[in-house]
Amino acid sequence: MASFSTNQFKSGLKIMLDGDPYAIVDNEFVKPGKGQAFNRVKVRNLKTGKVIDRTFKSGDTVEAADVMETEMQYLYSDGEFWYFMDPETFEQHAANEAAVGDAAKWLKEQDVCNITLYNGEPLSVEAPPHVQLKVVQTDPGLRGDTSSGGSKPATLETGAVVQVPLFIEEGEVLKVDTRNGAYISRAKE
Amino acid sequence: MIDATDWRPSASPETLRRRAALLADVRAFFAERGVVEVETPSLAAAGVTDVHLDGLGVNYDGPGAPPSGRLWLQTSPEYAMKRLLAAGMGAIYQVARAFRAGERGARHNPEFTLLEWYRPGLDHEDLMAEVAELAARIAGPRPVRRHAYAALFRTHLGLDPLTAAADEVRECVAAAVPGTTVAGLDRDDGLDLLFGARIAPVLGQDAFDFVTDFPASQAALARLSPRDPRVAERFELFIDGLEIANGFHELTNAAEQRRRFEADREHRVAAGQPVPLIDERLLAALEAGLPDCAGVALGLDRLFMVALGATRIDGVIAFPVERA
Repeated sequence: MASFSTNQFKSGLKIMLDGDPYAIVDNEFVKPGKGQAFNRVKVRNLKTGKVIDRTFKSGDTVEAADVMETEMQYLYSDGEFWYFMDPETFEQHAANEAAVGDAAKWLKEQDVCNITLYNGEPLSVEAPPHVQLKVVQTDPGLRGDTSSGGSKPATLETGAVVQVPLFIEEGEVLKVDTRNGAYISRAKE
Repeated sequence: MIDATDWRPSASPETLRRRAALLADVRAFFAERGVVEVETPSLAAAGVTDVHLDGLGVNYDGPGAPPSGRLWLQTSPEYAMKRLLAAGMGAIYQVARAFRAGERGARHNPEFTLLEWYRPGLDHEDLMAEVAELAARIAGPRPVRRHAYAALFRTHLGLDPLTAAADEVRECVAAAVPGTTVAGLDRDDGLDLLFGARIAPVLGQDAFDFVTDFPASQAALARLSPRDPRVAERFELFIDGLEIANGFHELTNAAEQRRRFEADREHRVAAGQPVPLIDERLLAALEAGLPDCAGVALGLDRLFMVALGATRIDGVIAFPVERA
């Protein structure tokens, strides 16, 4: 099993602690001039998101976590699992609800997502930053009002509800930022 | 990895100009006091046996090479400067590049600038006063406070570092620094961690805080106190939570110094670390006679961090190791 020395510690490094995968959030090197050196780190549990403090004697080694980020294409969901395909190997992976989390409401078939794999299993799914989704329900806007700042809710084909300008109509395709759920523009054909 | 912007210095040209002015002021401080500037080798045949300092070796097989074919980048100019003292140089100072393997972080760079000076005829008490004067001149005046090492532990952690057993130190670490695996931690390692994590950060806030009376196990090259042999005549200065300077009433007894070097080497053998040779030229100089003196090593980059308001050493040096 691969391992890392504290000398290789940096933000983002994935390590195993107490049987769980963690990512280093912050790494502080502490050493009195004449004394023992330590690395005091903040690490995020990749399963629970919880951040904890750990202190290592400098020079100690820790096991590397078999965690990798990869892009996969979203295929479909059967309600219990969300299925993704590796575009190079055509291998399919099933992600459970905990892994998909908030990304679920943005996922449209064939979109390419960033997936974090832990021991080959999806640990978390990140929706593409920008998605194009069709409006399936919104109240009619006021005719002629194309510029004022008003907004109204619109339900998209994946079930997500976003605030859109008053001139948007049902059936239109919108570009949305999944990171903050904000409307960006009408999709250009 | 090549980054398109990493040819640039990490400190701004304006900061580097201010650093140059501060360095000129440091030299003026010593010129006014008749302390002579010296230069000693960065590369020497011997390194240090210090348990927690790792030197960087350089292969050299040119003319004059030592039998090992290896020279050591000095972790401080201390040994060479003591040889000058034994040769009768009188009061001396040096602005030296020092090199330490594995030391990199917000307050560390493996290559850094040490200001080291020695004062024959003075003891650590007199030298602390001079260190405070220099710090005030470079970083602006602050009130000077003093704390015994043991008193700080009692106040902040309820632990007596002079009498606590190794297990008590480990228990204190487990409670005060959560998330530490204490199994492989020896007594002094535990004290170092407690000091670094829980005491140093609160020192030197709006003050120059001197820590005195370090435990004898951390005496390094200092004399033991004639009042209480459990502590050494060693001091450190802290400003804004930064360890700025480390000073000694210097040990002049060659036999005692050899015993400490041998103890370091045994510790290194036990820990499976490389075991450097003892610097016999230093011991020969001590045998010839080192004048009674006090000496101090001051991390000049860190004092400049305080003076210039930088939170990382990268803010006061041109090219830290990643850009060197």
